[in-house]
Amino acid sequence: MSRREWLLSDTPTSRAQAKWGRRYQTWLAFRRNKLAVAGLGVILVMLVLSLLAPVLATHDPGVQVLSERLQPPSAAHWLGTDELGRDTWSRLLYGGRVTLGMVVAVVVLVAPIGLIIGCVAGYMGGIVDKLLMRVTDIFLAFPRLILALAFVAAMKPGVESAVIAIALTAWPPYARLARAETLTIRNADFISAVQMTGASPWRIILRHVTPMCMPSLTVRVTLDMSSIILTAAGLGFLGLGAQPPTPEWGTMIATARRFILEQWWVPVIPGIAIFMASLAFNLLGDGLRDVLDPKQR
Amino acid sequence: MTQTMIEAGKLNVHFGSNHVVHDVSFSVAAGEAFGLVGESGSGKSTVLRCIAGLVDSWDGVLRVDGKQLGHRRDKEFFRQVQMVFQDPYGSLHPRQTIDRILSEPLAVHGIPDAETRITRALEEVALPRTARFRYPHQLSGGQRQRVAIARALIANPSVLLLDEPTSALDVSVQAEVLNLLADLRQARQLTCILVSHNLAVVGHLCGRLAVMQGGRIVEILSEAQLRAGQATHAHTQDLIALSHELEG
Amino acid sequence: MTQPLVEIQNLRVEFPSSSGGYNQAVRGVSMSLGREKLGIVGESGSGKSVTGRALMRLLPEAARVKADKLVFDGVNVLSASERTMRGLRGGRIGLILQDPKYSLNPVMTIGAQIAEAWRAHNKGGKKEALEAALNLLEQVRIRDPRRVLDSYPHEVSGGMGQRVMIAMMLAPNPDMLIADEPTSALDASVQAEILRLIDDLVSARGMGLMLISHDLPLVARFCDRVAVMYAGQVMETLPAQDLHHAEHAYTRGLLDCMPHLSEKRARLPVLNRDPKWLEPRS
Repeated sequence: MSRREWLLSDTPTSRAQAKWGRRYQTWLAFRRNKLAVAGLGVILVMLVLSLLAPVLATHDPGVQVLSERLQPPSAAHWLGTDELGRDTWSRLLYGGRVTLGMVVAVVVLVAPIGLIIGCVAGYMGGIVDKLLMRVTDIFLAFPRLILALAFVAAMKPGVESAVIAIALTAWPPYARLARAETLTIRNADFISAVQMTGASPWRIILRHVTPMCMPSLTVRVTLDMSSIILTAAGLGFLGLGAQPPTPEWGTMIATARRFILEQWWVPVIPGIAIFMASLAFNLLGDGLRDVLDPKQR
Repeated sequence: MTQTMIEAGKLNVHFGSNHVVHDVSFSVAAGEAFGLVGESGSGKSTVLRCIAGLVDSWDGVLRVDGKQLGHRRDKEFFRQVQMVFQDPYGSLHPRQTIDRILSEPLAVHGIPDAETRITRALEEVALPRTARFRYPHQLSGGQRQRVAIARALIANPSVLLLDEPTSALDVSVQAEVLNLLADLRQARQLTCILVSHNLAVVGHLCGRLAVMQGGRIVEILSEAQLRAGQATHAHTQDLIALSHELEG
Repeated sequence: MTQPLVEIQNLRVEFPSSSGGYNQAVRGVSMSLGREKLGIVGESGSGKSVTGRALMRLLPEAARVKADKLVFDGVNVLSASERTMRGLRGGRIGLILQDPKYSLNPVMTIGAQIAEAWRAHNKGGKKEALEAALNLLEQVRIRDPRRVLDSYPHEVSGGMGQRVMIAMMLAPNPDMLIADEPTSALDASVQAEILRLIDDLVSARGMGLMLISHDLPLVARFCDRVAVMYAGQVMETLPAQDLHHAEHAYTRGLLDCMPHLSEKRARLPVLNRDPKWLEPRS
């Protein structure tokens, strides 16, 4: 029996075989969605490029050569230089580490917080729901950037503070979404059936409710990726995010925007990077939502 | 005299300002199958869900196996009392395999040896081994209801609550599921409460039944009385007449 | 005898399956319907609903429909224009579905919905339409039609909702009703009332009725003829009063496996599905 046959067997003999078979089928289904695969590819390439930045960079991203400022792309500077004569290609690579790192950190922090708060509120109902949702409303009521500003101002400016600030301001929509999803399934028979096993509320929420909220949350997260990058850029621009000379995509656009008419490539190149990353995350999210639902297969 | 397994005394249920169950009292002996019959809105399912602990806003007395039930039920209770729901499409978690669904009660109660128990449970309800790692949507309605029955019985309960277990199924599948329930009841000496709108189904499975209307029990009668048409209440007589009429 | 209202010959319907091939839902069904009451009975997946929908061309685009003949009152349903079909659907053919909760618009009053249905196929002003709606509600024996006219679908019971559905379908004076499990969501007592109502209206107006249901005894009581379907084919068609002398093993099995109130049986006979039933029939 070939490995493929073993994986695709209709009659798995063990849990492990069934589990790997399912994963393989998920992968097969994912692979059919060409756009999602392209998205995954772009993200992987970006991550690899960022990780290998020290090897691939042609210049030191922080070194200023004022005699070579605002150069167009050339053999010496593949993507040109910025207003302080720093090499854009190298800054893009190093900036990817910061920007993508921030995005990943925010998502890792935000999605679980929003998911748990929303599911607990929706499942428990009553006073718990009211309390959690009022807190959510308060966070939602403030403009995101202002709230983030306040948080960063209270802490010390820097990438870590920016990540925490964005995470703190980004979770309310996820909580709302998760709560809405939870409300639709809370009274479903299959949840009643789990209650009848005698499982504790925590077990029910974590093991049975949250998986039902994952697809819509995944899509929402991937749609939010670009706005997370832009919030990070905004904070950086105000001097509260990544501190110069640390390169960061958003800051790169922000500081270069006054050259958009004469030396357009300076802000446009990091812009393309942000656009590509956002699009890739969106495509990936769309594909993931489809394969995460076993009914779609 | 056999021991009383389930007892309800002056059970009242309110949903907001709606008084949906009025002073319902009955008792079920150990090993007995008791039916609750009525039209939609008669409160029959609500009574069942009260016993199961799925409805909170009730007052009155509920006893299972001599122990008085509170509004919060402990794990011990759920080992003793299990339920099968009406809609086999809605009562199985759509994102879990049958294996996962069946192992959940075992994990909650810390019952060892899941592997053999699951295999045995599937055999008991006559499901093929191939069903084990499938998702609910890959099974037919009858197969799903078998899974629901297997899940209810996997932790060896002594009381089985059945909420219209066959009304979403085709008649040929209904026959198979009713036979299965009858066999399991006998083999495991289960005490059952069956809620149904179908008199013939209740008559087939239950020895005694209560007829409900508008949240009240209007009459309790035995299967023999039901078949002989010896009902005193007008509503019961109507239901029986209708049932006979449809049998043609 | 005049020409039948509906003629179906060798109808085949296929749906694309997930594995890339096609699943056959209907495999060569032939039947004809005059101004009479025909019941189509079968279990889930037997293709009974698909047959009804094929006649109204209400199947999803992906479905492949083939037939030697699929004719409604001289109109070839397979080749008719979308415009002609719109005239048939909800005009000359009324469709009653299982759950009125899903087929009525929740944010429109019942009166407005019936009036709209009436105006879509009749000429007349708003006032006339409302009057017609009131008249229709009376025809479906609603006790307080004026009150129902102003209520919203969630304010009426399931049986009442189904009556409203029927009133809506009667608005354009159809020649035929297709009722797809019209009473499965209702209590037995209401079920009988609704079917009696459909029965009376169909007889009084001289319409054709196609009653699609899983409930064999129920259909037999209200229809003239019964077609029993299994796995996309008609097993047998027989006059309703002869149902209890049905010859086909499948029909017999279906009748037999139901629990009865009149006799006690320790075990219910189980339907043994004969692979021979699956073979194509001529």
